[in-house]
Amino acid sequence: MFIINCPYCGERDQTEFSCGGEAHIERPKQPTELSDDQWAEYLFMRKNIKGIQFERWNHIHGCRKWFNVVRDTSNDKIHAVYKMGERPPVK
Amino acid sequence: MSNNLRINKNNFIDQTVRISFKFNGKKLFGYKGDTLASALLANNIHLVGRSFKYHRPRGIMTCGSEEPNAIVQVGKDSSLTDPNVRATEIELYEGLEAFSQNCWPSVNFDIGAINNFLSPLLPAGFYYKTFMWPASFWEKYEFFIRHSAGLGKSPTKPDQDLYDHQYVHCDVLVIGGGISGILSAKLSAEKGLNTILIDDKSYLGGSTIYQDDDIFKINNETSNVWLKNLIEKIKKIPNLTIKNRTSVAAFHGYNYLLAKENLTDHLAFHERKEKIRQRLLKIRAKKVIIATGAIERPLIFSNNDRPGIILSSSIKKYIDYYGVKTGENISLFTNNDSAYETAISLNKSGVKVKVIIDIRENPKSPLSEKIEKAGIKILRGYTITNTDGYKRIKSIDVMKLSKDGGSVVGNKVAYKCDCLGISGGWTPMVHLFTQSGGKLKFRNNDNVFIPDENKTPSEQISVGSSNGDFELDDVINNTIKSVKIFLGLDKNDYENLNIKCSKEKQKRNIWLLPSNKPLSKIKPFLDFQNDSTAKDVKLALREGFKSIEHVKRYTTTGMGTDQGKLSNMHALGIIADTTGTNMGELGTTTFRPPYTPLTFGAIVGRNVGEFFDHTRRTAIHDWHVENKAEFENVGQWKRPWYFPKNGETMYQAVQRESKAARESAGILDASTLGKIDIQGEDASEFLNRVYTNAWSKLAIGKCRYGLMLNEDGMVYDDGVTTRLGENHYIMTTTTGGAANVLSKLEDYLQTEWPELNVYLTTVTDQYSTMSICGPNSKKIIKKIIPSLDLSDQSFPHMSFKNSKIDNVNCRIMRISFTGEHSYEINIQSNYAKDVWERCMEAGKEFNITPYGTETMHLLRAEKGFIITGQDTDGTLTPSDLQMDWIIGKKKYDFIGKRSLYRSDTIREDRKQLVGLLTDDPKEILEEGAQLVESLEKPIDMLGHVTSSYFSPNLNKSIALAVVRSGKKLKGKKLIVPMQNKNINVTITDTVFYDKENKRLNA
Repeated sequence: MFIINCPYCGERDQTEFSCGGEAHIERPKQPTELSDDQWAEYLFMRKNIKGIQFERWNHIHGCRKWFNVVRDTSNDKIHAVYKMGERPPVK
Repeated sequence: MSNNLRINKNNFIDQTVRISFKFNGKKLFGYKGDTLASALLANNIHLVGRSFKYHRPRGIMTCGSEEPNAIVQVGKDSSLTDPNVRATEIELYEGLEAFSQNCWPSVNFDIGAINNFLSPLLPAGFYYKTFMWPASFWEKYEFFIRHSAGLGKSPTKPDQDLYDHQYVHCDVLVIGGGISGILSAKLSAEKGLNTILIDDKSYLGGSTIYQDDDIFKINNETSNVWLKNLIEKIKKIPNLTIKNRTSVAAFHGYNYLLAKENLTDHLAFHERKEKIRQRLLKIRAKKVIIATGAIERPLIFSNNDRPGIILSSSIKKYIDYYGVKTGENISLFTNNDSAYETAISLNKSGVKVKVIIDIRENPKSPLSEKIEKAGIKILRGYTITNTDGYKRIKSIDVMKLSKDGGSVVGNKVAYKCDCLGISGGWTPMVHLFTQSGGKLKFRNNDNVFIPDENKTPSEQISVGSSNGDFELDDVINNTIKSVKIFLGLDKNDYENLNIKCSKEKQKRNIWLLPSNKPLSKIKPFLDFQNDSTAKDVKLALREGFKSIEHVKRYTTTGMGTDQGKLSNMHALGIIADTTGTNMGELGTTTFRPPYTPLTFGAIVGRNVGEFFDHTRRTAIHDWHVENKAEFENVGQWKRPWYFPKNGETMYQAVQRESKAARESAGILDASTLGKIDIQGEDASEFLNRVYTNAWSKLAIGKCRYGLMLNEDGMVYDDGVTTRLGENHYIMTTTTGGAANVLSKLEDYLQTEWPELNVYLTTVTDQYSTMSICGPNSKKIIKKIIPSLDLSDQSFPHMSFKNSKIDNVNCRIMRISFTGEHSYEINIQSNYAKDVWERCMEAGKEFNITPYGTETMHLLRAEKGFIITGQDTDGTLTPSDLQMDWIIGKKKYDFIGKRSLYRSDTIREDRKQLVGLLTDDPKEILEEGAQLVESLEKPIDMLGHVTSSYFSPNLNKSIALAVVRSGKKLKGKKLIVPMQNKNINVTITDTVFYDKENKRLNA
């Protein structure tokens, strides 16, 4: 049970948040122009990394804002938290 | 019973306070400070239970939480009885009643003991091997297997006790109140840090507190006296909180720990009233110091499980702490020096130690010298090959070990004894360390897994014997050194203590001790609770199991309520020896929380009964209750299900309500539907993107039904959205989907379309909705709001008007989920019950009939309207639902659009929604029933029934179903095979009633 530093509210218990999966997967601007394979890549393919992972989190029982988290999945250490639309810290 | 087993020497038991208790119905006495185990031993009772599989007599084996055998049922009351409680941990209280488990008719004469003689037939994996075929017989076997297995009995009535949860925050949490924990806590608190010290016992001091021999001295005081003074000092430190009777169950990441505090289990019943029984502490600590100590290991030899065989250190505690002799004629069997400490204690208390059998050949230390001076015989390089005595050990067979320890040589010598102390060395308690993510390393010279300091999660350390230090000087000096670095301390008082102790000179370890008989003829127990032996482990290896996790599950070693605290190490050792692997490479099985079992009461705390989950009630709820509604749970909502009259069944009530709604007027409380207020200059564009159909051209004052998909093209939610103004809409969602729809829409707004200027607000609770339908609905609305123009020209179907009831604003929508002419009144919730009552009053002359969810479902099914979540399950596209008309093909994009022409979603043989009519119109199908074309095997399942009702308005049974290629199968005959009959059905259109929608404007 980790502690997440919500960029809007500060440090809160994990139970206040929900995870929205891998971050920086942008919805294609012109889906109709994509092949089945390209669309499937967006729709279904997600990384499942042991180590540093970029994730979307929502402070669902708080400010309800979405933001990004850089988390090491092997030890749950959170290396960075940043707002939607901001550049990720250097990979 | 002989009270001469109690000696008068110690400070820990208050022998002036006598406590009476019952064990298996027999009244006995103990003293304040006793545990159930120590009191039983003082009454010369060793036999307390029967083992799990072979029903062998088993006795008290330890004095702590690692106890595998002495687990008892406490209390008789069917709501308060507690199964599987360790007798070694129950503090004695007046009126305690405990019972042996897993035996019938009694612990002394147990029918199940026949399993012991059948044991050659019950090897590891017996159940897997025997009850495999015929497969259909499992259900028959299962009853008997379940009946013969199991330990204690669960309470049958609700728990009356009170439980609590508490959030706790601290700078430093110290787990374990032994000497290293106490030193750590003192250093931490003196630095000014907010410190908590937790220990599972009723007292502090661990095993040092009763170590009074002058071999162990700190600054010229015996170690127990020195520690006692230290404890008195720490009790006075204000920023140090001491929690006794509290055990840490789990250590999660970010230093989040769960601990259970026992508050009343040690009190007499009259002292417990209105008090909280247990409290679950949810602790966030900035830093954690693990000082959980070590557990003594048994030795693995034939018949090592008899009552009277006790861990050597436990014998020492029983005599030194509780003043209880575990026997009159005790022998000790060891591979290390700690049994010599026990011998010294026994000798001082006047208990005869006949012989110490030590597998080591030359163990010389101050301890052994003292023993020899006392005239106690030590057999060096010997082992026990067998024990005798059924309900209590009577004698031991001793033989000399060969040089390599692989076999025994010479002649067998028998020694009589009524108690045998065994010590196979020590196992650091690393459970919490590994739970938190720490990794272990193996120390070869004494075969222990200890925390790897390079693989320790940050902000924690392990100290003392849980870190692998077993001798007093190492424990103290290393604890001080580690804590100093961990907390960044300056010089302190404990860095130059004068510590005197015995040092162990020789080590020898044999995981499975040899016998003069072959392994197949002997029973060397590894897991005492689950009755798995060294044989079982070797059998598993022979049968091809390699991973320790697999061997564990196949043999059930370490899977009892004690989780193998005693002998998991031996199982690992035997696997390593047999397979020729190094134990360090083999690793351990996974340590999972909880460390000791938690009660369900502690886990749920106050969240029971009505506090278990939120209950949402509509503003009109009280009226429904007064009018005898039966309720249905929809998410957290209580919704009226149907309104039975004069003892009607649900079927009868629903038939009546459904008919009334179509013939005159019905009224439904629809307040639970999700309502989202959407505002902003891009609101229309936003709706265009989230719904499949087009929204830009929806005029102000008009309503439109919308279907929402997931990106995978599957139907997610539906509902009617109304345009209230240029940039203002109100969206309705399904009752169950409301919260998720709002979250999903917020997600898109915040992350994918931040350029849209749109604001979403949930108003589900703020507005209440009542839907009035039927041919007389117009007349009723006219009576309530006479000024409202209800003509079809001014107020057509799918439109809305702002209005007022008295002076209260309301929104009237002309929308219909029943296919009837109907209106929805939306009004601020605090006026809703009043308006509902006005509707009932106005509708009286039209026999207005309140109806619930069941009638609503029936009416919409007559019209073929779907319910998302009932007719859909996240695998159906709009086209699968025969709703292609709702897809805005000209729209450039909307959520899920691209997925509607993926190779998989354009398949023609997808499951598709169809109507079903039964050949016998009276036959009602079961929802969920399978549809097949023929009964010839193998039977191909074509689909299933999703909704089914008897329609009173059509006087026949109707159903909706999803069927493979259903769209093309109109008119096709299918079969619904049921347990005792086959029902013939025909595929039809999904709309059964009023196909021309004439009634909407009736």
